[in-house]
Amino acid sequence: MTYWKVRPYVLTAGRTRTRQPLLVHTLVSVPHYDAVFASALLPEARTLYEHARRAARSVAELSAVCGMSLGVTRVVVDDLAATDRLLIHTDHHNVDFRLLERLRDGLRKLA
Amino acid sequence: MASASLPDAPLLTSAKIVIAGGFGVGKTTCVASISEIPPINTEAWMTAASETVDRMDPGIDKKTTTVAMDFGRLTIGPDLVLYLFGTPGQPRFWPMWDDLCRGAVGALVLADTRNLAAAFPAVNYFEQDSDLPFVVCVNLFDGVLHHPLEEAREALALPAGVPLTACDARDPSSVARALLTVVEHTMSRTVRPTAGALAGR
Repeated sequence: MTYWKVRPYVLTAGRTRTRQPLLVHTLVSVPHYDAVFASALLPEARTLYEHARRAARSVAELSAVCGMSLGVTRVVVDDLAATDRLLIHTDHHNVDFRLLERLRDGLRKLA
Repeated sequence: MASASLPDAPLLTSAKIVIAGGFGVGKTTCVASISEIPPINTEAWMTAASETVDRMDPGIDKKTTTVAMDFGRLTIGPDLVLYLFGTPGQPRFWPMWDDLCRGAVGALVLADTRNLAAAFPAVNYFEQDSDLPFVVCVNLFDGVLHHPLEEAREALALPAGVPLTACDARDPSSVARALLTVVEHTMSRTVRPTAGALAGR
C-alpha cells in the first residue's frame, strides 16, 4: 500500500473530472514503454504507468494496486492518456448484442 | 520510437456484471469462486467500533465486511475480459452504486431466504433507481433451497419480468450459470442488430 506524501488534491490539482468517461472496468495499457518518460513522472503516476505496462489493467485494478482512490486514479490515467503514453481501450457504454453473445458463449463453457 | 497510435497489442474489450445484495449474503464468496485472480478488495477486519453500525446477526458467521470495492476478473476470450464487481453492502456506500453500475451488462442480486429483507434495498435500487437489467439469485447456503423460489418471488414482490434463480456461491459452475442468466436476460432486452446495421460497421 502506498502512503500519501501529499494530499490527493495536490496530485490532481483539484480536478475531479476527466476528459473522457473512465469506468471502473475500463481497460488501460501501455502501448510502448518509455523508461525515460517513466523516470520523469511523479511517483504516483509512475507506479500506475509501471503497473499498466505489464498487462492491460482495469481502472479499478490500477486503483487497488497503486493504493490510490478511484477518483485520483481516473485523473492520473486521464493525464497519461492525454500524452498518448497510455492507451484507453474503448468502452462499450451501450452494451451491444455481439458482446452479449460472446459473453454468453464464454460463460456456457464454464457452466 | 514507434508510433503510439500503432499499439503492439490488439484492443481489448471489457464487460462488467454487478453483484449486489444485502450484507453477508455471499457477494464476496460469489466473486471469489469464479474469479481467476484473488478478489481485489479493501476488506478490513471489523472493529468493535463498526459492530454497532454493521449489525452482526447471531447465526451469521461473518467476521469481515466489504468497505469499498470488491471485484474479480474472468477472461472470456483472448480479447474479452469480464469483471465482476460486488457492491458495498451497507447503505452508507450507496453513492458508489451508480458509479459501479455505469456501463454494466446487468446485475445479479443475491438473496438469502433466511433473511430476504436484506435483499429489499438492492431489489428496490434496480427496480426504481436504475435501468440496468437484473436477475435475483437465491444463494443456497449449505447447498439447500430452504424455501420454494415462487415463495421468494412473492415475498420480494418481484415483477414477472425479473428472472429468479438459485446458485451455490461457492461453486464456480453454479455461479457461471447464474451469470449466464444475467447475460441472457440482458440479451432478451437488447435489440438484435439488423443486417443493415452490421453492414454499416
